[in-house]
Amino acid sequence: MTSPSRDSGHRLLFVLLLVLCLLMAASVCFGAIDFSPAQIWRALGTLWPGHAGGTLNERIFMDIRLPRAILCVLTGAALGVGGALMQGLFRNPIVEPGLVGTSSGAAFGAAIFFVLTGMLKFTAQPWELPVAACAGGIVATYMVFVLAQNKATGRSSIVMLLLTGLAVNALFLSGVGFMAYIARDPQARSITFWNLGTLSGANWHAVTTVGLTTIGGTLLALRYAKQLNALMIGEEEAIYLGVNVNRLKWIVMTINVVIVAVATAFTGVIAFVGLVVPHILRMIKGAENRYLIIGSALVGGILLTLADLVARLALHPAELPIGIVTSVVGVPVFISLLRHREYVF
Amino acid sequence: MLEAIDVSYRAGGRELVHGLSARFEPGQLHLIMGPNGAGKSTFIKLLSRLLRPSGGRVVYAGRDAAEWADSELATRRAVLSQAMELAFPLSVHEVVKMGRYPHFGGRPSRHDEAICQEVMDFFDVAVLADRSYATLSGGEQQRVNFARVLAQIWEPMPQGHRYLFLDEPLTFLDIRHQLDFMKKVRAFGRAPDVVTVGVVHDLGLAARFADRLILMRDGGIAAQGPAETVLTRDLVRAVFDVEPSFVPASDGRGVHLVFD
Repeated sequence: MTSPSRDSGHRLLFVLLLVLCLLMAASVCFGAIDFSPAQIWRALGTLWPGHAGGTLNERIFMDIRLPRAILCVLTGAALGVGGALMQGLFRNPIVEPGLVGTSSGAAFGAAIFFVLTGMLKFTAQPWELPVAACAGGIVATYMVFVLAQNKATGRSSIVMLLLTGLAVNALFLSGVGFMAYIARDPQARSITFWNLGTLSGANWHAVTTVGLTTIGGTLLALRYAKQLNALMIGEEEAIYLGVNVNRLKWIVMTINVVIVAVATAFTGVIAFVGLVVPHILRMIKGAENRYLIIGSALVGGILLTLADLVARLALHPAELPIGIVTSVVGVPVFISLLRHREYVF
Repeated sequence: MLEAIDVSYRAGGRELVHGLSARFEPGQLHLIMGPNGAGKSTFIKLLSRLLRPSGGRVVYAGRDAAEWADSELATRRAVLSQAMELAFPLSVHEVVKMGRYPHFGGRPSRHDEAICQEVMDFFDVAVLADRSYATLSGGEQQRVNFARVLAQIWEPMPQGHRYLFLDEPLTFLDIRHQLDFMKKVRAFGRAPDVVTVGVVHDLGLAARFADRLILMRDGGIAAQGPAETVLTRDLVRAVFDVEPSFVPASDGRGVHLVFD
C-alpha cells in the first residue's frame, strides 16, 4: 500500500530539482558579464579534447562563472543538510551550524591555515585546507555542546546551547579577526570574506572538494534518516526501537561538521541557510527525515543560488557578500521561531 | 519468560532498588504497584533494559539481557511510556510506522504497512492516519502511541517470546479509555508467547486486570502473587498508608477498593 502523502513527497522533490536546475541556468547566465545560451554552449565546447584555449570570455565562463554556480549549489546543500541534521539531533528547530560554532570554528581553522602557509611559505597540499577547517569546526562544535551540557542531567537546554554558541562564535570570529589582522597575504586579510561569506573565490578545486564531502555526507546521512525519525519521539523511545542513540549522535554530528566545515573553508561563514531551509520544508510537508534531508539539499541549493543572484545583481557590477543576503532573509525567520516559544522550548 | 534475579540499581550514590527477584510468565498480565518513590519506574526500566542493573541480572528467555543486540531485542520488546511529545510535525501514519522500524531496512514492506493498518484499526485511530500527531487530543495521541508500540511486536517471532512493558501508560486517559486500554492489553497479552509487565497507579484497575501483582515499597518488593493475596487490608495499609475497604463488585467480578 502506498500512502498518498508519500507520492506527493516524491513529486515535491522533483519540482524542487527542476527549480534548482532553472535557477542554476539563470545563475550562469547573469552577472558582471551576461552570457547568452549560445556563448555558454561554445564555452562548454572548449571542454572537448583537442580544443585549444578559447576566448577570454569563454575562459571567464569556464574558470569563474561555472564553478561558482556549482559551488553555490553545493554549499547551500551542505548548509541545508547540516541544519536538518542538527535540528533532528537536538529535536529543536532553532539549532543550525552557524549558531553552534561549527561555521565560525571552521572559518578559524581555515584562517589559521591560510596565515600559517603565508608566513611559513610552505606549499599546501590540496587536502590540507579542508582538514584544517574540519578540525576548527569540530573543536568549536564540541566546545559548545560540552559547555552547554547541564552537569546533573547530561542534557543541554536550548537557551544554554544558544548562549554558549554565541560566546564560542564570538571567540572564534575574533580569532578569525586576529588572523586577518596579522596576515600578510591580501587575500587572507579580507576579513569580510570570513565573517560574511562569499562565493567569489570559487574554483574547480573547491567544487570537487565540497562536492565530495557534501554528496558523500548527504548519502551517508540518508542511511540514518530512519534513526533520526525515531529520535523525534524521544531518546528513550528511540532506544526502545533499537537505536543506539549515543552512536547516532556521534555519527550525525560528525557528518554535519565535515560537510559544513569543508564548505565554510571555501566560502566563509554563511549564516541562517541551515536554519531556514529545513523550516520551510517542514511547513510544506512534515518532518520525515529522508524527505527532509534530500529536500534540504535541494532547497539549500535553491536559496543560496537565489541569494547569490541577488548578491551579484543588487549592486551590479559590484557584488555584495552573500552572507549579508542570507542574514537579511534568515534573521526574521529566526526571530519568529524564537517568539513561538511553545514550539521551541 | 522474563526473570529478574536479585536486581539492584544505584544512581548518584543512592541505591534506588535492591534485591528485586521476580518471574514473569507468558500469557499473563503482571502489574507493579507501590507508592511514589517505591522504585516502580526504575524496576520497569531495568526490566525493559533501558537501565542496566548495578547488581543481579535480568534474563530474557534464559539469556542475560546484556547479551541481546539492540536490534534483536527491538523486534520482540516494546515499551509504552507516558505521553510522548513530538519535536516536529509528523502524521499519525508516520508515527505508527516507527513501530515497524526494527523490522525493515530501507522501506517498509507491504506486510509492514498491513500491520500498521491492523493496529490502527485495533486502537480506532485509522481515521486519523493522515492527521498531524501534534493536533490530536491527549487521549488520541496516547492511542496512536499504543498502536505504534503494538506494531513493534504485533506478530509472534519464529522463536521465543515477545515482551510488552507499560510504564504508567494511563496518565491523561479518561476512565472509559483506561478501561478500554486495559482490556486491549489483556487481550493482546493472552497470546501464549507474550510477557506483559506494567506499572499502574490505580489500585482498582490493577486489582481488576492483573493476573499477578507486585507490590513495591522503599526500593524492594513487599509482596507478589495473585491479586487476592497481595491486596490484603494489612499490606495495603502498610505500603500505601491508607485505610482500605473492600466492596464486592456489582457484577460479581472481583472487589472494589475504597479508601479513607
